[in-house]
Amino acid sequence: MGDSLHATTVSISGDGGDEIEAYLARPDGDERRGGIVVIHHLPGYDRATKEIVRRFAELGYDAICPNLFFREAPGAAPDDAAAAARALGGVPDDRLVGDVAGAAAHLRALPSSNGKVGVIGYCSGGRQSVLAACRLDLDAAVDCYGAYVTGTPPEDFPIKVSNLVDQLPGLRCPLLGLFGNDDARPSPAHVDELEKILTANGKTYEFHRYDAGHGFFAVDRPSYRVAAANDGWERIADFFATYLAA
Amino acid sequence: MCSYATVQIPLTGSAKGPNGAWFAVTDAAVYFDHPVHAMAEHTLNIDVRAPARGPSARVALELTADAARALVAAVQQALDAAPATLSA
Repeated sequence: MGDSLHATTVSISGDGGDEIEAYLARPDGDERRGGIVVIHHLPGYDRATKEIVRRFAELGYDAICPNLFFREAPGAAPDDAAAAARALGGVPDDRLVGDVAGAAAHLRALPSSNGKVGVIGYCSGGRQSVLAACRLDLDAAVDCYGAYVTGTPPEDFPIKVSNLVDQLPGLRCPLLGLFGNDDARPSPAHVDELEKILTANGKTYEFHRYDAGHGFFAVDRPSYRVAAANDGWERIADFFATYLAA
Repeated sequence: MCSYATVQIPLTGSAKGPNGAWFAVTDAAVYFDHPVHAMAEHTLNIDVRAPARGPSARVALELTADAARALVAAVQQALDAAPATLSA
């Protein structure tokens, strides 16, 4: 396998059949491979997220990131789109699931697909990755410091977000969780609770906790922590290699 | 952390936005969360917007918590200094 790849913007069929924009990166070559859906963070479908998509292609996967804010702000700059989506209350859970389903279907329809698809999300996308793995037939899921998988959001939240405690017994695939010990959302106690629920339900999971705060993978932000991010990337590569192989 | 929390208010006024053009604004969203550009893990963010003109009709501020508090005080000080008959 070489490191040549091709990245482009495509249109996919998202929730309700809506045509939405997505960023697709694929290794060059005809070998069969797994696919990965990347769920962007609340700040949007931005340059840093697209770099992550290309990195997965470099690792040998067909990778795609749907623009979750496309409906609110087609063609807008990522930060403007994120602001518009936030003001409208964020992305509804059911729509997120439909958009990830569409992205996974797009990957599985590629001639290079081996039929396996994983999902990964960061920050708000971490919670959405777990949500998708509870509702869809996926083969592996990664939660990077997603808040409110467990724990209770304040009642006055204008953005409609609830925890996933009632859905976790339905988790359909192995879960890799990467968390910072200095994070408040999710806090170490939230991660403990998640681990307890997964254990009680006999789920396959692997958690790693770092001396870092929230957002330690974000290379363009002060929260970036090199050691945690480097180790985390290795864990992610190993996890997907295990569960997305043909 | 991702706070998600967002406070929204309607407002009346104008702002100078994309391409140096002034536009009438109709609402603001205020939240304490990750910034796009400021070199801080969290900032007090203010989007002064005109949603009817599209997502790009927005003036954004990302302020440290101290800066945001200082701005609140400055706004209040300026309003207090104005004759009540003008600022009512």
